[in-house]
Amino acid sequence: MNFQFNIGCSLSNLKGIREFVRTSLKDQQVPEIEMSAIVLALDEMCSNLMIHAHHCNPNHILELHIDIPQRGKFIFEIVDDGSVFDINEFHEPELGNLVHQKRKGGLGIRLVKAIMDSVEYFKRDDKNVCRLVKQVK
Amino acid sequence: MVHIKRLQEDGADIISVIGEIDASSSIELDLAIAKSVGEGFKRILVDCSALEYISSAGLGVFMSYIEELKDKNIPMVLFGMKEKVENTFSILGLAELLHIVPSKPEAKKLANELSV
Repeated sequence: MNFQFNIGCSLSNLKGIREFVRTSLKDQQVPEIEMSAIVLALDEMCSNLMIHAHHCNPNHILELHIDIPQRGKFIFEIVDDGSVFDINEFHEPELGNLVHQKRKGGLGIRLVKAIMDSVEYFKRDDKNVCRLVKQVK
Repeated sequence: MVHIKRLQEDGADIISVIGEIDASSSIELDLAIAKSVGEGFKRILVDCSALEYISSAGLGVFMSYIEELKDKNIPMVLFGMKEKVENTFSILGLAELLHIVPSKPEAKKLANELSV
């Protein structure tokens, strides 16, 4: 089973992304806590890309693909043609440092890595693909 | 989309956060806390009972005030959080850095204790 949603890089579209993820997974018997965490991780990845790779240009499009190859296994792909924003290259800041520096950013990456089983990047048809995999028990 | 209401009870400023806080709406929370601090309130309670969702942008707002509020000796206590929202704080270990309690009476009590 697979789903696709194309969306412009405006932060006002994040709500639509959350609804798309939730709707696509609604028949998969994912416990609410896990569902909320998955929705959060996709929101974080898309908002990071919108802000850092596309500077919130609503004419730039992200493709969000969801593939469910078997019960409980979810493969999410975010496809775009902006600059690559690879969260694996960023070191998560220490929480203590964030508090001290009064920084508002840097938490999203930490959330995504905590929630998803894997986050990887590759090229397909000249586009960037960010693939997130989550297995729900 | 988030709605923020502020009202005052027993000298504490109560900020009610209604709806969803993401990267597009976290500024509203930031402004509300800034106003509360700017108006000189000595205790800030954040009512999260109608908060349905928070992403890192909202968590970052709370984090960014920890130091300032500590310096000014203003306790900020969050209460009424739904489990799915509290889980987001827990994933990051923020539940230990912020004051989070189940109910408004407990929030008032803790804020009073902390402000002594």
